[in-house]
Amino acid sequence: MLHTLAVLVENHPGVLTRVAGLFARRAYNIESLSVCQTEDPGISRMTIVVDGDDQVIEQVSKQLHKLVVVHKVTDLTGEAIVDRELALIRVKVNNETRLEVLQTVDVFRGRVVDMGRTNITVELTGDGEKIDAFVRTVRPYGLMELVRTGKIAITRSDN
Amino acid sequence: MTGAEVLLKALEDEGVELIFGYPGGVLLALYDALLDSKIRHIGVRHEQGAVHAADAYARAGNRVGVCLGTSGPGATNLVTGIANAYMDSVPIVVLTGQVSTGLLGSDSFQEADITGITMPITKHSYLVRDPRELPRIVKEAFYIAASGRPGPVLIDLPKDVLAARDVVAAPAVPKLKSYKVFGKGNAGQIEETAKAIAQSQRPVLYAGGGVINSGAQTALKELVEATSLPVVTTLMGIGSLPAGHPNLLGMVGMHGTVTANYAVDDCDLLIAVGVRFDDRVTSGLGHKFATKAKIVHIDVDPAEIGKVVRTHIPLVGDAKLVLEDLMSLVQKQDKPEWWNQLRQWQKDYPLRYDTDRLTPQMVIEKIGKIAGEDAILCTDVGQHQMWAAQFYPVARPRHFITSGGLGTMGFGLPASVGAQIAQPDKTVFLVTGDGSLQMTIQELATIIQHKLPIKIALMNNGVLGMVRQWQKMFYDERFSQIQLHANPDFIKVAEAYGLKGIRVTDVSQVEGALTEARDYRGPVLVEFMISPDEDVLPMVPPGKEITEMLGR
Repeated sequence: MLHTLAVLVENHPGVLTRVAGLFARRAYNIESLSVCQTEDPGISRMTIVVDGDDQVIEQVSKQLHKLVVVHKVTDLTGEAIVDRELALIRVKVNNETRLEVLQTVDVFRGRVVDMGRTNITVELTGDGEKIDAFVRTVRPYGLMELVRTGKIAITRSDN
Repeated sequence: MTGAEVLLKALEDEGVELIFGYPGGVLLALYDALLDSKIRHIGVRHEQGAVHAADAYARAGNRVGVCLGTSGPGATNLVTGIANAYMDSVPIVVLTGQVSTGLLGSDSFQEADITGITMPITKHSYLVRDPRELPRIVKEAFYIAASGRPGPVLIDLPKDVLAARDVVAAPAVPKLKSYKVFGKGNAGQIEETAKAIAQSQRPVLYAGGGVINSGAQTALKELVEATSLPVVTTLMGIGSLPAGHPNLLGMVGMHGTVTANYAVDDCDLLIAVGVRFDDRVTSGLGHKFATKAKIVHIDVDPAEIGKVVRTHIPLVGDAKLVLEDLMSLVQKQDKPEWWNQLRQWQKDYPLRYDTDRLTPQMVIEKIGKIAGEDAILCTDVGQHQMWAAQFYPVARPRHFITSGGLGTMGFGLPASVGAQIAQPDKTVFLVTGDGSLQMTIQELATIIQHKLPIKIALMNNGVLGMVRQWQKMFYDERFSQIQLHANPDFIKVAEAYGLKGIRVTDVSQVEGALTEARDYRGPVLVEFMISPDEDVLPMVPPGKEITEMLGR
């Protein structure tokens, strides 16, 4: 099962290597990872999606906690959260398909950020499933390039 | 002050009296400053010797060991020893030279990314970029190395950081916001454990290196005596209860005693203290280990709890504090039926060896008698190590020094250097083999240079005995690459370095040779010519449950 971990770490060079190295040497599988500075410039937040059963996830969190640079590990799985990914997708179009593709983009509430004679580039945000669904829908037209960020997540304010 | 002087001052402030090291190009400023420092430098013959010596110095002396190597090959030569200290949770601070900050990452001469290389085998590491931060970094490094579950911390020191002049050092104020150390255990869980002890018919206490690290031996002894708890130990836990104590059943696991293994398999309550259910104990079969038991796991490292076996009562905390709290809650009890069973197993399945010829087991037992309770025994890795674990009567914690988790051949000789320097007034014996000794044999010169009266008992069987035993038992005696045909004359080697050499070829010479070695004022190498056919028994074959021992 996929778990989403929010990991607060020190914002130093080398911290990413420590975290990534831990996953590699203990054979935990990272599905996605995104890192950025938080409201406190000394602290970075990593959102890590990792595959494993409860026992594996417990080990992952405990091992992460042991790193001196890790401040806090929270498993967001099962919590009320808002999560988002951003994708940039270039789709092949011609005179016949252009309109259909643009309609699809509209349905998914994407935005066209670039347009050429033979292709358009779409920006899409949402959870992973929404992006998967969009990709499935436009693939038959010709998927030229796909860039996705990892997942980022935040708990809902009621918690 | 120069960066090097700031560093040495910071080390002095941490109480460092000596460093095991080896000089090199980027360390010139530091070695120059050392000439004017109170800190002693113990020069070795290879950096691996320095790190193993610092490791054993930490174990025998119960303090943080420090070693030093230059950049590049100096640093990479330390890697095995760092891994060794990491696996056995030994507090050492490893100082490495590094190329100047301006050259970092440019593949310059003698450059190696040592913080990167050692990331999986250090508790923490630092690459110092600003000499003003040295006091804080040193303070943090010593604190991290020694607190909680101890381990190695590495500080990488670029040449320009050491050579910097007019350094105005920042105060040594640690910035460890997120580093947490566990002390007392949860009161509710301790109460539950006390109840479990009272209800249990067949309890066992399984003691490991954590008992030694936390200094829990007295608490352990009081608890097991009050509650009649039988004790099995891991290799690292040897010394947590004195040899010959009636509650001690011996070592558990692959080469454990039959009684210890049967007891763990049959118990209804297993109290694991400072252990990690290593595969040399469980055969890698966590799900088949102590299956009839309720398992209590006491450990200072929360990540160890639930890692291998399912734990019923997890107890995160310092072993000594938890056992003391537990002691205040238990009632005196004896478990006569359980003890009858245990005594019967002990009678039926004693550890044994042939007495009519020169056997390593007998030699090791004799060393114990002749060296006395106050002596420190260091071992190398292999058959002789397991015989030492089985037959050497270890009376105290920190008096049995061995490479447990990593199993590093070559650990023994430099370890004996560190142990002797930590405890200059004690007799230090090293039990080693002809394979292990030759991995770090150059440290014989260190022994002579620093006038260390170490007594080396070399078990020479002309082969890599443990590998040979496995080839004999599990590969149809197809012996592959285990013969050490070109071994030197070890007596001549010893004498060439300046040690006294004694060769023992017959059982009748053992006592005389060992007494002579003990009473001789300098270092001695006693070579025992033993048979390559001697096996370490009993033995749990790989992948089998711990009750399926060969040689019962």
